[in-house]
Amino acid sequence: MAPLPPRSGDAVFANIERVNAELFSLTYGAIVRQLLTDLEEVDEVNKQLDQMGYNIGVRLIDEFLAKSNVSRCADFKETADVIAKVGFKMFLGVTASVTNWDADGMSCSLILEDNPLVDFVELPDTCQGLYYCNILSGVIRGALEMLCTSY
Amino acid sequence: MIGAGKMKQYGNVLEKPLSKGRHEVSLSAFAFLFSELVQYNQTQVDNIAELERRLEDAGYAVGARVLELLCHREKGNRRETRLLGILSFVHSTVWKVLFGKVADSLEKGTEHEDEYMISEKELLVNRFISIPKDMGTFNCGAFVAGIVRGVLDSAGFPAVVTAHFVPMEGLQRPRTTILIKFAEEVIKREARLG
Repeated sequence: MAPLPPRSGDAVFANIERVNAELFSLTYGAIVRQLLTDLEEVDEVNKQLDQMGYNIGVRLIDEFLAKSNVSRCADFKETADVIAKVGFKMFLGVTASVTNWDADGMSCSLILEDNPLVDFVELPDTCQGLYYCNILSGVIRGALEMLCTSY
Repeated sequence: MIGAGKMKQYGNVLEKPLSKGRHEVSLSAFAFLFSELVQYNQTQVDNIAELERRLEDAGYAVGARVLELLCHREKGNRRETRLLGILSFVHSTVWKVLFGKVADSLEKGTEHEDEYMISEKELLVNRFISIPKDMGTFNCGAFVAGIVRGVLDSAGFPAVVTAHFVPMEGLQRPRTTILIKFAEEVIKREARLG
């Protein structure tokens, strides 16, 4: 059987079941609020969010590979592109842009213009230093680790 | 690190225009997030009642905000003052916005005057969750019960809201019923309003 061509992020997103982004944002806000009440230290909360994201990432990568049919990426640049264009689109419905490449091509930044996690959110002064979306970094870390890459 | 950028130049979040609410994320993203919420809370408690309470509290916060948002966006800032009004608001508008469909049914309890039930064949939050036998009657719908309690409380109809599994013949998975028991003052007020 010939291998299926990779599907674009939009095509996959159009075919999967979707829920209201506000429910998603509010649920995430409830999680962060619970963590802040329980843990109180902003650093602890950041760590916990990263861990939760990691747990999600190791399971999310299976679904990502199954639904998107992307082929093996040749290098890190391609990986970052796939995460930004297909990965984010498939799960969050938004695309990210990849910028800020360093000289080695070993690190980059993914910029999200329109992040459903932070709808309606404003951080108070007491929470400066809180990485509100740290769950996303955990997800990416977990997913990439499952691919036997050590980023 | 994620979350540290300053892209929008609005003074505070209240100045941003309110979105139309048609933005969507994938169901699996929500399911993953909800499962992490439940797993985190499991590590923080010793028993099932505590776990249900924590999920309800999380839902309460969501419900209070959902009421504000929907009142402003869908109803033009009109406030519900009657019991049936707020119940049909929850059953139709809130359910439609949050879960994409109206709730399966809204019934009045036969045994008590102050009880109402919203039923759903399969709650969105329970779709990918299976309860192990040793957790008995635990229902992750407690989160949705919390949302309903948050909406009702913030609208001025204090109530005790719980989620229950109701086995149905012909269905493999039991139906979920959200049981709403209004506080006495609500019933008295409703009677006074005639």
